[in-house]
Amino acid sequence: MVLDVRALTMDFGGLRAVDHVDLQISQGEIVALIGPNGAGKTTFFNCVTGMYTPTTGTVTIARPGSEPHNITRMRPHLITAQGLARTFQNIRLFPEMTVLENVMIGRDCRLSAGIVGAILRNRKTLEEEEQVVLDSFRMLEIVGIGKWANETAKNLPYGAQRRLEIARALATEPFLLLLDEPAAGMNPQETRDLVALIRRLRFDHHLSIFLIEHDMSLVMTLSERIYVMDYGKLIAVGEPAEVRRDPAVIKAYLGEDVSA
Amino acid sequence: MCPQATSVQTRPSRYLAYARRSLLVSIWFAILTFPIIVIRANTITGIITWRWHNIGWIIAGTFFGSWIWGYFLERKRLGTRAPAGPLRRRITALRGALDRLKQRPQVARMSVVILVLAVVAFPFLGGMYQTNIMTTALLYVVLGLGLNIIIGLGGMLHIGYIAFYALGAYSYALLNFHFGLNFWLALPIGALVGGLFSLAIGIPVLRLRGDYLAIVTLAFAEITRLVLENWSGLTFGTAGIRNIPRPAIPGIRLTLPQTTTFVYFIMIGLVLLTIFVVNRLENSRIGRQFVAMKEDFIACQAMGVNIARTKLAALGLGGMWAGLVGVVFAARTTFINPASFTVWESIIVLCTVVLGGMGSIPGVITGALVLILVPEYLRAFAQFRMLLFGAILVTMMVFRPGGLIQKRRRAYRITAEEQKVVAESGDLSIQG
Amino acid sequence: MNYFLGLFVSGLTRGSIYALLALGYTMVYGIIELINFAHGEIYMIGAFTALILASVLSIAGLDALSILVIASLVAMIYSAAYGYTMEKIAYKPVRHSQRLSALISAIGMSLFLQNYVRLAQTSNFLPFPALIPRFTFLDLLPFRASSAQFVIFVTTAVVMILLTFLIKFTRIGKSMRAASQDKTMAMLLGVNVNRVISVTFLIGSATAALGGVLISSFTGQINFFIGFMAGIKAFVAAVLGGIGSIPGAVLGSFVLGWTESFGAGYISSDYEDVFAFAILVLILIFKPSGLLGRPENKKV
Repeated sequence: MVLDVRALTMDFGGLRAVDHVDLQISQGEIVALIGPNGAGKTTFFNCVTGMYTPTTGTVTIARPGSEPHNITRMRPHLITAQGLARTFQNIRLFPEMTVLENVMIGRDCRLSAGIVGAILRNRKTLEEEEQVVLDSFRMLEIVGIGKWANETAKNLPYGAQRRLEIARALATEPFLLLLDEPAAGMNPQETRDLVALIRRLRFDHHLSIFLIEHDMSLVMTLSERIYVMDYGKLIAVGEPAEVRRDPAVIKAYLGEDVSA
Repeated sequence: MCPQATSVQTRPSRYLAYARRSLLVSIWFAILTFPIIVIRANTITGIITWRWHNIGWIIAGTFFGSWIWGYFLERKRLGTRAPAGPLRRRITALRGALDRLKQRPQVARMSVVILVLAVVAFPFLGGMYQTNIMTTALLYVVLGLGLNIIIGLGGMLHIGYIAFYALGAYSYALLNFHFGLNFWLALPIGALVGGLFSLAIGIPVLRLRGDYLAIVTLAFAEITRLVLENWSGLTFGTAGIRNIPRPAIPGIRLTLPQTTTFVYFIMIGLVLLTIFVVNRLENSRIGRQFVAMKEDFIACQAMGVNIARTKLAALGLGGMWAGLVGVVFAARTTFINPASFTVWESIIVLCTVVLGGMGSIPGVITGALVLILVPEYLRAFAQFRMLLFGAILVTMMVFRPGGLIQKRRRAYRITAEEQKVVAESGDLSIQG
Repeated sequence: MNYFLGLFVSGLTRGSIYALLALGYTMVYGIIELINFAHGEIYMIGAFTALILASVLSIAGLDALSILVIASLVAMIYSAAYGYTMEKIAYKPVRHSQRLSALISAIGMSLFLQNYVRLAQTSNFLPFPALIPRFTFLDLLPFRASSAQFVIFVTTAVVMILLTFLIKFTRIGKSMRAASQDKTMAMLLGVNVNRVISVTFLIGSATAALGGVLISSFTGQINFFIGFMAGIKAFVAAVLGGIGSIPGAVLGSFVLGWTESFGAGYISSDYEDVFAFAILVLILIFKPSGLLGRPENKKV
C-alpha cells in the first residue's frame, strides 16, 4: 500500500467538502477519482498533498520497501520530499521561467546547495548544478518536450504545458504521482498520447498513479480501480466495469454524459 | 504615431474620435483639478490667488497626455498583434545590431576598458562636487540591488527597506561613539544588523499574504524611525549624532577631497561586491527558488521548496546590503539623524528597482543612476522630482511592468554528447 | 476618572475618523483585493478642497454652518471624482497583472497626488477655519468633549447606518457583495463589474473626504502630508477588523483609536504611532484574518 487515507474529512466553515473518505492505493496501481463537479475531488487532493489541513482523518504513505509514514498535517514541501508529487487542474507553471528552469525547481527538494555554496561556487555546488541541468533535460525528454527547454514556459502550447507539469512533478522523484485532470482541454490525439505517457511512466519509473479526471474514456481505459465521490462522500469503489454499472454512480451522474 | 489598420474605420474619422475623446478627458481634468490648481487659499494671510492660466496648461497637457496614453493602451491591448511602427522597428534593429556588436570579443574588451577608465578617472576629472553626487548614486545602486533581491527576485513588496539603512548607519555611529569602533569593522557589523533585523520582521509575516508584507514592512520602518527619534538616551533623538569619523586608512592622513575620492572608491568596491554576489545568487539554486516563489508560491511549495526558508533567505540577503551601505552613509556625511530615513527614502529605492527592471542587475543599476543623477543635474526640475517619481511608478506598471531593462532568463545548454545520453531516456514514439 | 473619560472620548473621535477612512480601504479591498495606498491622499484632497472653498465662501460672506455644509458636500463630490479617475488611470489597466504591479501603481498614485497638492498649494501647514458651531449642552458633561468631537461621532454613526443600508438592501449593494464574493461569477450573472468597482471608489472616496473635512476642522490645520499617516492608520484599522468586512472596519477603527489614545495618555505620547503599528503586527501574528474577517482559503 503506497497511500492509505482513513476517514478524511474537510470542513470549510459550515460546509463539509470531504466527508469521511477512505481510500487506498497499492504499489503500481493506476487509480482514478471521479465525480460530478463540486464533489470534493480537488479538495481531497489538496488534503492529501498538504495544501489544506484536513479537519479529521489520517493520511499515511509508504515508499515501496519502507515503513509507512503518517503525513497528515505535514507541510506540503515536506510531503513532496517524502515522495508524493502532483500536478494542478488549472496549470500552475512558473510562467516567466524557462521550461528547463521549471523542471529544475522540481529537482529542488533533492538538492543541498546553500547560500554560501551559491556565492563561493565551490566544486560541490558546480557539480550539483551540472547534474540538475542534465537531469532536467532528461525529464523533458521523457515527456517529449525537450526541444522547448529554453522557451519561456508561458509560451508553450497548451498540451506541452500539461506535459511540463508532469515533467516537473517527476523531477521530484515521487513514488506516487497525483494528476489533477491531466487531460483537461486536450484533443483526442493529445489524450491518447497522454494515456501512453502515463502507462509508460508507471513502468519505467515504478510509479503508482492517482488521478482526477472528467474524461470518461480516459478514466475507463487507463485506470484499474475507480473511486466515485459525490457531495463529499464516497459512493462507489471498484473496477471500471463495476463502477459503470453501479446504480449510485449512474444516479450521481444523471444528466451528465457518462459515456463521453 | 498612429495605430495602423486595426479596424475598419478610416483614418480621418478615427483621428476625430481620438480628438473628441481627448477633448472630453481634458475638460474632465480641467474641472477636476480646478479648485486645487487654480485657487490658492492662504489661510494665514487670508489671501486668495486665482491662477487662471494654469487651467490652460491642464487642458493642453491632458489633451495630449490622454492621446498618448490611449495610443499606448491600445498597443498594449493588441500586444504582439500590433503592427510594428517605424519607431519599434528601428529599436528592434538597433537592439539586434547591439547584440551582434556585443558578441565581438574586441568590442567587449574595449567597452570594459573604457568603462574601467571612466570609473577610475571620474573623481579626478569631476572634482569633489561631482564625486559626491556620484557616491550618492552609488549608494542607491547598492540599495537598489539589495532591495531587488527582495522585490525583484523574491516578489515581496517591501516598503520599509530604508530602516535597515538607518540601522546600519546608527550601528556605526553608536558603536563608534561609545566604543570607538572603526569604519572597517563597522561595515560587516552593519551588514549583519541589517540582515538580522530584516529576518526578524520576516518571521511574523511568514504566514501572511504579500500585501500584508507591504504594510508590515512600512509599519516596521516607521517604528524604527520613531524609536530613533524618541529614545533620546540611546540615539540622541532628533538632534542626531555628529562628528562621525570618515573612513580612514590607518597611518595616513587624508585631506577632505582625498577622503571624498576615497569614499567614492569604497563605494565602487562595494558596488562590485554587490554585483558579484547578487549575480551568483541569481544563477544558483537559491535564485531559482526566489523567482519560483515570486511566480507561483503554491506550485513552488508543491514542488518541495520550503517557502518559509526561501522568504527568510531573500529578506536576510536583501536587508544585509542596506545595513552595509548605511555604515558608509554615516561615515560619509559624518552626521545622521532620523529625518534621513523616512518612508519616502524607501519609496525612492523602490522606484529605482521598478524603473530599472525588477530582477535585472543592469536594470537596477541604470534605474538608480537615472533617478539619482537626473534630478541632481536638472535642478530646475528638482521640486517636481517626487511628482515625477509617482507618475513613473504608475506609468511603468501600466505599460512596462518589467522595467526599462527587462530580465532575460538564462538559457542552459548541454554538450552534444550529453544530449545523446539524455535523448535516449525519451521515447521518440510519443513525441507530439 | 475624568481623565479616563477624556481619553475615551478622544479615542472615540479618532476611531470615528479612522472608520470613515477605513471603509474605503475595506470596500476596495473586498472587491479588487488592492491596498489602495492613495486612499489617504483622497482624504487630504477632500480637506484641501473644503479649505479652498471655505476661504472663497467666507469672503462671499456666508455663515459658518452653510460654509461647512457646502464645503463638505463639494469636497465629497470632488474627492469622489478623484477616486473615480484614479481607478481608471492607475488601477483598471493593471487589474489583470500581478498583484505587485497594482500595489506599486497605488504607491505611485499616492506619491503623485501628494506632490500635486504640494506644488499647486503649499508645503506649509495651513490653519483650517473652525466651522463647526459650538454646542453648549456639551459643557454639562462631566468630561471635556468638544463640539467637533460630537459632530464627528454623530456623522460617522449616520454614515455607517446609511452605508449598511446601501449594501444590504439596494441593488448596487447586492452587486457589490456579489462582486466581492466572486468577480467572474458576478460578471456571468450580469453584474457590471466595472460599474461596481467605480461605485465602490466613489463611495469610499466621498466618505474619506468627509473624514478629511471633519478632522481638519477638529485639529485646525492641514498640509499635503496629512493623508499619508491617516491612510496608513486607517488601513491598519481595516486589517485589525478583518479586511473586506465593513463592520470589521468600524470595530477595528475604534479599537485602534482607543489603543492610541490610552497608550498616549497612560504610557507615552511620543510612541503613539508605535502603539498603532505594534497592535497591527500582533493582530497579524495571532489572528491574520482580523477580528471579524472570515478566514480565507487559498484557492489551489
